[in-house]
Amino acid sequence: MSSPDQPAADQVKERTGTPLLEVRALTAHHGQLRALTDVSLSVFPGDVYAIIGANGAGKSTLLRTIAGLHRPTTGSILLDGADVTGQRPERRLAAGIAMVPEGRRLFGSLTVEENLQVGSSYARPGPWNIERVYELFSWMRDRRGQRAAQLSGGEQQSVAIGRALVANPRVLLLDELSLGLAPLIVRRIYGTLPGLLAAGVTVLLVEQDVSQALRVATRIHCLLEGATTLEGPPEGVSPQRIESAYFGLAGVAGVAGPGGGSPPHQEPPS
Amino acid sequence: MTAAQPVTAPASQDHVRVSRSRHRLVPVLAGLASLGVLVVFGALPYIVFSGTTNLLVNVFILMAMATMWNLLAGYAGLVSVGQQAFIGLGAYFVLILAMHGTNPFLALPLAAVGCGVIGLPVWWIVSRLRSGYFAIATWVVASVCEALIIRFPSLGGGTGAPLPGLGSLEPTLLTAYTYWVSLAVLVVVLAAAYLILRSRVGLVLTAIRDDEIGARSVGARVWRARQFVFVVAAIGCGAAGGLLIISQLNVQPTSAFAVQWSAEMIFVTIIGGIGTIEGPILGTILFFVLQENLSSYGAWYLIVLGLVAIAVAIWARRGLWGLIADRWNIRVFPVGYYLWLEGQGRPSLRRPLRGAPSGGPPAGNLPAGNQPPGNLPAGGSGAAEAAGAADPADG
Amino acid sequence: MSWVNAIIQGILIGGLYALFACGLSLMFGVMKVINLAHGDLAVVAGYLAVGVIAVTHIPAVWSFILVVPIFAVAGYVLQRTLIQASLNRGVLTTLLVTFGLSVVIENALLQFSSANSHSLGIGHLVSDSFSIGPQISIAYLLVAIFVVAVVVLLGLQYFLSLSRHGRLIRAVADDREAAQLSGVDYRHIFGIAAGIAFATVALAGIAWGMVSAFAPTTGTDTLLLFAFEAVVIGGLGSLWGTLAGGIILGVAQQIGAQINSADQFLAGQLVFLLLLVIRPQGLTGQQSTT
Repeated sequence: MSSPDQPAADQVKERTGTPLLEVRALTAHHGQLRALTDVSLSVFPGDVYAIIGANGAGKSTLLRTIAGLHRPTTGSILLDGADVTGQRPERRLAAGIAMVPEGRRLFGSLTVEENLQVGSSYARPGPWNIERVYELFSWMRDRRGQRAAQLSGGEQQSVAIGRALVANPRVLLLDELSLGLAPLIVRRIYGTLPGLLAAGVTVLLVEQDVSQALRVATRIHCLLEGATTLEGPPEGVSPQRIESAYFGLAGVAGVAGPGGGSPPHQEPPS
Repeated sequence: MTAAQPVTAPASQDHVRVSRSRHRLVPVLAGLASLGVLVVFGALPYIVFSGTTNLLVNVFILMAMATMWNLLAGYAGLVSVGQQAFIGLGAYFVLILAMHGTNPFLALPLAAVGCGVIGLPVWWIVSRLRSGYFAIATWVVASVCEALIIRFPSLGGGTGAPLPGLGSLEPTLLTAYTYWVSLAVLVVVLAAAYLILRSRVGLVLTAIRDDEIGARSVGARVWRARQFVFVVAAIGCGAAGGLLIISQLNVQPTSAFAVQWSAEMIFVTIIGGIGTIEGPILGTILFFVLQENLSSYGAWYLIVLGLVAIAVAIWARRGLWGLIADRWNIRVFPVGYYLWLEGQGRPSLRRPLRGAPSGGPPAGNLPAGNQPPGNLPAGGSGAAEAAGAADPADG
Repeated sequence: MSWVNAIIQGILIGGLYALFACGLSLMFGVMKVINLAHGDLAVVAGYLAVGVIAVTHIPAVWSFILVVPIFAVAGYVLQRTLIQASLNRGVLTTLLVTFGLSVVIENALLQFSSANSHSLGIGHLVSDSFSIGPQISIAYLLVAIFVVAVVVLLGLQYFLSLSRHGRLIRAVADDREAAQLSGVDYRHIFGIAAGIAFATVALAGIAWGMVSAFAPTTGTDTLLLFAFEAVVIGGLGSLWGTLAGGIILGVAQQIGAQINSADQFLAGQLVFLLLLVIRPQGLTGQQSTT
């Protein structure tokens, strides 16, 4: 995939083969407002693909469109080469795309276990089940009879991830995991990521906390006002480069950002 | 340092002009045309038989009711199925005043105002509720009004009462007076609706209709605007009720407070086109044309009307007038704005987008949100064509 | 002591009101649909029962065996087609469509039947009663209906709490999009909920036909308001709240009747309006009722 400013070209490995999840020239609107313009990306098995960008950049719209909750204007989405663009979200789950939506969105009146049971109602065959989710999040088993609305933010996030996992997706979409959570909790949740990857789940995540994203990502993709400003592996991408892509600063890498000549800082979680 | 500019705003504010109509002469011509129509209708009692004028009285009454309901539901977002409360109360107020010696024609405006006054506490009760609950509450209020009126034997109890005070008038004169008064009521109602929608309140209503939360966030006094519309609708429906008793010379509680009134005004407005002034007018005309031709089929007309209204509500939401206005791009009542970009002879009309557009914003138009400040009235939307025939608020 | 009698009557009839109300409550809780045609559906069920009885000659008490399943299917179909189409267009459209349906149904009944009222004749069962003491007389029929209502509500509660589809219904009611992301076809779930709602209202309509009489306009004159009043008084989201609401309504009406027989329904409506004003979420509901 090309990007406007190619980071050190010799570090970019050409990714070949059929991507697990591919987005081609996606354009999406919210009414008359264009949220995404001609966005393309490819996610390969084993990736932790991070989409970063400021508020309103179109990250969540992109994820929701991939999950099937939003209809794109033009463009296509392919899962393992098969076009899923016209499929409803339920069908995409059956095909292997599961999303943990922004804000957790648990079924508040249901218990933890019932939330997981709903998640497994239409599950694909695979290694993940409710028991394994209880192993992944050790606290959950004892609290499985508790109503989801009574859990803390971090606990809800874990249940939401578990609910998506039990469906045995091939691609797991994580939308703003860090939203509204303390940094320590966020780290702990992101700490479960290796366990998911080891079990064969590919991850596509949206994250506003750039430093957190950079810590886990194997590939980053930056959006600004619906368009791609940066795409590639995180190694060798300078913080200035990310900052300019994030904020849309015109100019050459090395030009001072809002902080003048001081060392650039990353966008703090909102 | 700016981000990549997604669209180009006009270079200077001076090059944008706003007007109410497409051409300078339009308001003059429209005014003359309206006057002409009024004169023609006013002269009708001298020209046609009383059967026709009586029919027209019913047309005017329903048109007035439909216009009021359109203001309520199409602009203020208040779906009321209980307007018959004010229709019945209007009729009974005229009855009460006539029983005490007032000429019914003079009692009419008083009755209408009385309904407006009653509308205030009723609004206080029902305004706490939203959408479906609001609708049910208005229905219950109407039902309670009917139940309360029936308890008064002096008003005829459950069987109703005749209207005194008009017996001395010669029949043809009575018919003519009734006709003129109902024409006057309709003109006042339409003028009121037109002026309200052109006013600041109208802007607030349109904003509410399009996006209530957005309207609140820019400081629009939503509750106040809705209260205003509710009271106006109460007055309008009260006047309609007064006209009813005058034209029928008697009143029965079950028919004055019947939910059929709501059914008719709702169906007529939906089919004609909710959210436009022209819609209820067109719908009422259509209704009576159909009714005259299908009158032998009894209650079928309500069944057919209801089914058509359901179909229109789902598949042709802007109604008949919406289809016409879109197709030929005409507006009879100019309640919106035209935006003129300098250098272009005709205004840039933005056609309402159905579904997702094929690409970026249509060429030559300003995208939503990029308003040239200062040219537009406070709180107004600067889109090339506002109000008029856009979709009603959803819920 | 006739007050005690009145209160007992009120409680028993309250069970029937709760049965009316639970379908309405279900449709609103799951789909956010306020079905203004709800009362008319009960009347249609009554008419259908009359027709079924005329054709098959089964005793009136068993008419529900045919009518209820028909209604369940009709509810599913109507939801998947008409109501779903309205939902896709918004709340305003849905209200207007259900209102339109109500008017169409009533006038169709008026056309095909007459304005006269009917009732489901069950012979001596209507008036058979037993006595407790000299002043309290309770009709067997009322007790039977109350028991049926409670059993149905219990069954519904169990279904929602313990069964897989009940869980899916609750999930869709909580968060439709999240349910979609978990693979649930919410339109199918909506259909099931509507089917259940239609089935309960059909049962209630038949029961009403045994206790009282129905005419084409009874749906909107009486039944719809009763159902809404029970729901609003008791609060959404809780079947037991609906039962409580129905009972309170029934008791209020009977007490009103004791005071002045003409004011029976007015009393209920005033209580309803009062509650709408001071506590729209009902006895058990949460703050938001929209």
